[in-house]
Amino acid sequence: MSTQNYLLSGFGGQGILFAGKFLAYKGLTEGQQVSWLPSYGPEMRGGTASCSVIISDEPVGSPIVSNPDILVAMNLPSFDKFESTVVKGGMIFADSTLIERKSERDDVKVFYIPATQLASDNGFPTLANMIIVGKILKELGQFDEDALRAALGKVISAKRADMLETNLKAMKLGAEY
Amino acid sequence: MADKVLMKGNEAIAEAAIIAGCRHYFGYPITPQTEIAAYMAKKMPKIGGTFLQAESEIAAINMVYGVASTGLRVMTSSSSPGISLKSEGISYLAGADLPALIVNVQRGGPGLGGIQPSQSDYFQATRAAGHGDFHMIVLAPASVQEMAELTVKGFELADTYRVTSMILADGTMGQMMEPVALDFDVKPMPEKPWATTGTKLERKHNIVNSLSLVPEELEQLNFARFERYRQIEENETMWEEYMMEDAEYCVAAFGIASRVSKNAINEARKQGIKVGMIRPITLWPFPKKAFRKAADQVKAFISVELSMGQMIDDVRLASECKVPVTLCNRAGGMIPSPEQVLAEIKKVAGK
Repeated sequence: MSTQNYLLSGFGGQGILFAGKFLAYKGLTEGQQVSWLPSYGPEMRGGTASCSVIISDEPVGSPIVSNPDILVAMNLPSFDKFESTVVKGGMIFADSTLIERKSERDDVKVFYIPATQLASDNGFPTLANMIIVGKILKELGQFDEDALRAALGKVISAKRADMLETNLKAMKLGAEY
Repeated sequence: MADKVLMKGNEAIAEAAIIAGCRHYFGYPITPQTEIAAYMAKKMPKIGGTFLQAESEIAAINMVYGVASTGLRVMTSSSSPGISLKSEGISYLAGADLPALIVNVQRGGPGLGGIQPSQSDYFQATRAAGHGDFHMIVLAPASVQEMAELTVKGFELADTYRVTSMILADGTMGQMMEPVALDFDVKPMPEKPWATTGTKLERKHNIVNSLSLVPEELEQLNFARFERYRQIEENETMWEEYMMEDAEYCVAAFGIASRVSKNAINEARKQGIKVGMIRPITLWPFPKKAFRKAADQVKAFISVELSMGQMIDDVRLASECKVPVTLCNRAGGMIPSPEQVLAEIKKVAGK
């Protein structure tokens, strides 16, 4: 049995929910069982946002991820809040443009990616989320361009087709970092 | 089978309602179910339907009464405080024997409460959705797929028995996305000779009303209604059993609580504890027979709920208190963790 529990977190507006939805769709297009659950507090742009994503080859029980295998933290409050919840041997992907400190954990793998800076330098300032997703998939050995293109096609409407290539470019940038 | 798409539970309800032939939606926004209204606002105008954001929940439920009187499929949706506001109208629907679908995506209460998931409207839904002697069929989905399927089922049952159906979901079920297949076979709508569709001068007037001032007649209406309820109990009770074949302990849970419990049961099984689950899919009618049967097999029941303990009363009644029934719960918008449920299972099993 293989199950990946993701917790993605950051500011509202950083594309946390979109990144989670993309990962869920990627699982779905590969025949996996998936669930996606957002936090839905009284929050708005600039507030905190998080979502639980589960990708499994078995039916998903509880959709709530309290102890992620993979944590994405795109701001310091999220990093502070969730760092300790990651399972032993898990992975943390931190946006080091916005998180200056290092992890205190020595039993997890931590990747520091200056995603916000990279996104801004490359002309797609709203795609820091997908840079991190690219890095995750690279580390998991799941960076398959065709599969990514198929999943992107599900989450990007036909009207915004031009965004598909840009998203892919952002993910490549993350994978190569 | 059709391609599966990822949808939020709330969106799945809205799309399934449209597939079921519902072309009239009346509502008033409230978290965590507003996606239903948003979906309807977008879709209904394109397919010749009606989306109307009413001035209040009370107005919306009375608009439902109006459309239901004409025999068309109609629905409203809200969350806990909004359902309380609708309760007068829900009783009137029952009194007039009108089929309709009401969705309650519950949030923590009482009062205005919070906006996080809850199951604390169980009593309201199964016991006292309004004044008077009546029941609704109460359906409790535990996946986005079931949010869609039970919406279709809810319309069908409502029409078959001339009752109101309620989808009793919670904030998690409404907000989460899961793959869903929407290729349903919708049964044709039964004839509705009672509907107010215009006489065309060919028949007597149909009158839809919940006022009946002659007690002998009102009693007969109640008797006839309860005969239909008896048929519903006999024919439409739904539940799922999970690992019950050799179970010595039985978890009772519905909706999101059953999802959390499954994780705990799987872990308990790994540790050698023979535990299973009965998941009611209809909360009314409650799967009494399943619990009564299990009461002769298991040593204890554990009711897992997002409330201070409401369904537990039905578990006790159905099992005739043959074995102990314990409660494992969180309230006010909190959700029990699999670890909490596992700890309760181990405690009950003496491990």
